[in-house]
Amino acid sequence: MSLVMPQPDEAVLARRERIVAALRTIVPGEGVIAAEREMRPYEADGLTAYRQLPMVVVLPDTTEQVSRVLAFCHAEGIKVVPRGAGTSLSGGALPLADGVLLGMAKFNRIHEIDFANRVAVVEPGVTNLAVSEAVEHAGFYYAPDPSSQIACTIGGNVAENSGGVHCLKYGMTTNNLLGCELVLMTGEIVRVGGKHLDAGGYDLLGIITGSEGLLGVVTEISVRILKKPDGARAVLVGFASSEDAGECVSKIIGAGIIPAGMEMMDRPAIHAAEEFVHAGYPLDVEALLIVEVDGPEAEVDHLIARVEAIAQSCRAVTCRASNSEQERLLFWAGRKAAFPAVGRISPDYYCMDGTIPRARLPQVLKRMRELSESYGLAVANVFHAGDGNLHPLILYDANKPGELERTEKFGADILKLCVEVGGVLTGEHGVGVEKRDLMPAMFSEADLNQQQRLKCAFDDKGLLNPGKVFPTLHRCAELGRMHVHAGRVAFPDIPRF
Amino acid sequence: MADTLRPRDAKDVEVAVQSALAAAKTVEIVGHGSKRAIGRPAQTDLTLDLSGLTEVTLYEAEELVLSAKAGTPLAEIEALLAANGQQLAFEPMDYAAILGGAKGRGTIGGALAANVSGPRRIRAGAARDHFLGLWAVSGRGESFKSGGRVVKNVTGYDLCKLVAGSWGTLAAMTDVTIKVLPRPETEQTLLIRGLESAQAIVAMSNAMGSSCDVSGAAHLPTDIAARIPAQEIGGGAVTALRLEGFSASVVARKHALEALMKPFGELTTAEEALSRRLWTAIRDVTPFAAHASTLSPREGEPPLWRISTAPSRGLELTATIARSAQAQMFYDWAGGLIWLTLEAADDAGAALIHSAIRAFGGHATLMRAPASVRAAIDVFAPQDRALAALTKRVKESFDPQGVLNPGRMWAGV
Repeated sequence: MSLVMPQPDEAVLARRERIVAALRTIVPGEGVIAAEREMRPYEADGLTAYRQLPMVVVLPDTTEQVSRVLAFCHAEGIKVVPRGAGTSLSGGALPLADGVLLGMAKFNRIHEIDFANRVAVVEPGVTNLAVSEAVEHAGFYYAPDPSSQIACTIGGNVAENSGGVHCLKYGMTTNNLLGCELVLMTGEIVRVGGKHLDAGGYDLLGIITGSEGLLGVVTEISVRILKKPDGARAVLVGFASSEDAGECVSKIIGAGIIPAGMEMMDRPAIHAAEEFVHAGYPLDVEALLIVEVDGPEAEVDHLIARVEAIAQSCRAVTCRASNSEQERLLFWAGRKAAFPAVGRISPDYYCMDGTIPRARLPQVLKRMRELSESYGLAVANVFHAGDGNLHPLILYDANKPGELERTEKFGADILKLCVEVGGVLTGEHGVGVEKRDLMPAMFSEADLNQQQRLKCAFDDKGLLNPGKVFPTLHRCAELGRMHVHAGRVAFPDIPRF
Repeated sequence: MADTLRPRDAKDVEVAVQSALAAAKTVEIVGHGSKRAIGRPAQTDLTLDLSGLTEVTLYEAEELVLSAKAGTPLAEIEALLAANGQQLAFEPMDYAAILGGAKGRGTIGGALAANVSGPRRIRAGAARDHFLGLWAVSGRGESFKSGGRVVKNVTGYDLCKLVAGSWGTLAAMTDVTIKVLPRPETEQTLLIRGLESAQAIVAMSNAMGSSCDVSGAAHLPTDIAARIPAQEIGGGAVTALRLEGFSASVVARKHALEALMKPFGELTTAEEALSRRLWTAIRDVTPFAAHASTLSPREGEPPLWRISTAPSRGLELTATIARSAQAQMFYDWAGGLIWLTLEAADDAGAALIHSAIRAFGGHATLMRAPASVRAAIDVFAPQDRALAALTKRVKESFDPQGVLNPGRMWAGV
């Protein structure tokens, strides 16, 4: 593994037995796992290329236990890696050899469902889908729907600011939260927000969301719940080129339509998916678009007709609107199975995640094909077309020497390409360890230093999930130092412009 | 009178902050100054006037993004979007009515710094939800960026969220990128007549809990409704539910909503033009307009509070306040946003309001009061010890010497 993680602290490792014993006084019974065999399931998350056994696994059950564990680790200078369901695709929950792995799985209770205020108050270990299931009887749901929603937890969604196929219309996690309870590395408990909108002070909820477990451990979350739309229909459109498909997406949005979902697949992805689930996808097209609209029947039918007309004007090769719920789900079945479908045609695949300005898609796909040829590795693309979030799947065989390394290099080139055309390194999978060393491709040292200074405001000793997100770790004292300005300012007096 | 610096570009802003640091001077950041009378009164050595930084630098309607220099007039951006069938979905309010001064002022930077929003907040979010990227100068005199120009913007910490609503206490924005959205084809508002506030809250909750996709839900008690400049809404209390979108959809949803609301009272419909005027008045809080046209609220003007709470708790909260003071209020955000004035007390009612908030949850901001009052009380939500300490550390991580808008939100921040 080429990844360099923070050097394990020998002094901490030497105290391992005492540390485990102390943790057992805070979290009793089976909540502390120290046997190697039992820690094995925690050695990796969804980015399985990287594995590391933690020093010890702790599974707290209450906010008070979390607070005491963190306070103890803060006092003792022990690193902590929080973990939800471990579905991260960027290695955000990769353990540290000298760190406590703080598993939040036992925080799986739903505290309150408040339909009058349209809020659900849940613990972070509740799965994304379980929130929707808990409110389904009243016709409500929780909007962000990452594709791992059966397994991934709300706490992890907060850490990664997860999206899903519906986030163009309904927003990402950050747009669907109202409040949280956060335990800082010192053990202090801070409550942010509640059932009301907006923060009374700094938007700490906004900064915690997407912070990848580096700022604090969330122990309770209030999410907005929405009434389900009356209905939904989808149109399946095939194009002879990605340019035509891209033009269609632009024209739909240009017509003032914000679809509930708008997904694109390229030829390799279409073929893999069709072979796997037989969704009825056309095989003689270069790009396939699924456009879903939702709302009352009158609106849905009106918009489907408009989308069909726009598709025709963009030289659609095939165009089919769903006429039943069953058919709509079938359209989606192929897209939703795209990853496992690609898994069937290749021994291994590497799922990338980046975002580009949508109009640059044809250019990015063309360059990707060139890279694919020069690396000798095939690539299939699925694309959240509405918001520009691209998921290239690089096909490789880990058993062939050097192929994983080549794949990672190819992936890095794709992400740099995203930044080059005006996009960003991530869409919804986070930075974690996977893209950590690419951060300088997007951010200057000043940008990254400002972010790390903010981390210092939450975690002065840098103990919470170190080695993730930031390529270089600086001490807070060093970051906080003010450099002499007077010496290098052009105008020692106050300037008049 | 503080010296005023008028930077011409982002580099000038950096030099200005560095110079202030070197000279140990504090800086008030202003755009048009339209919200200058909100917050604890500034007593800074310098004024950094960003209103010269104006230009829309990128607008790609089909990508739903717009970038502009921070001092670009909001009115200019809104006009450009309207010409392209788009809008700022967060519906920024105009502060002229409540604070005095000319209408139509305000910059995009100011709107983001104050995290403004309007009635559509319940459906579309606030400014923070549309803030994709920024370039700013920290209180360390360093330029930094965050986010990007794509709708899924965030890699690393989402500093845009933090800067939104920080009232210039963390950094001076120089360039911003925002998400823009299609302007609805049409709108209509269903009006329910004569409801008591308690019934109105239930009606609004039912409407929001339906699939009718309501994009505005407000209740105006009788005394407030009478002050709405849209005379056609008639007399008595009015509960307003707005539907926006494609016309076929608006018609269908209005039928569904009428069926749902029929048991509550007499229903009428405000068609597009009237609906727009009504929601502009609600957005701009014209029922509590300042009588003076000067910028600074005069002595004797009743204090105005903006309270955000859980919709179902709003009524108990206002009842608690009204038991101890002569108060008038109306409800937006389905009851979750309360605009409230009360008889001027020495503390503008702060003790009373903060104690009601502690009991029922939420937060309150004093939006209008004389400077002497704003200097003496909590204008923004008071914080407990742990939150206050964290807030101070966050401030210091951007502005360790406290040069940018010091004390605007809380003393020492």
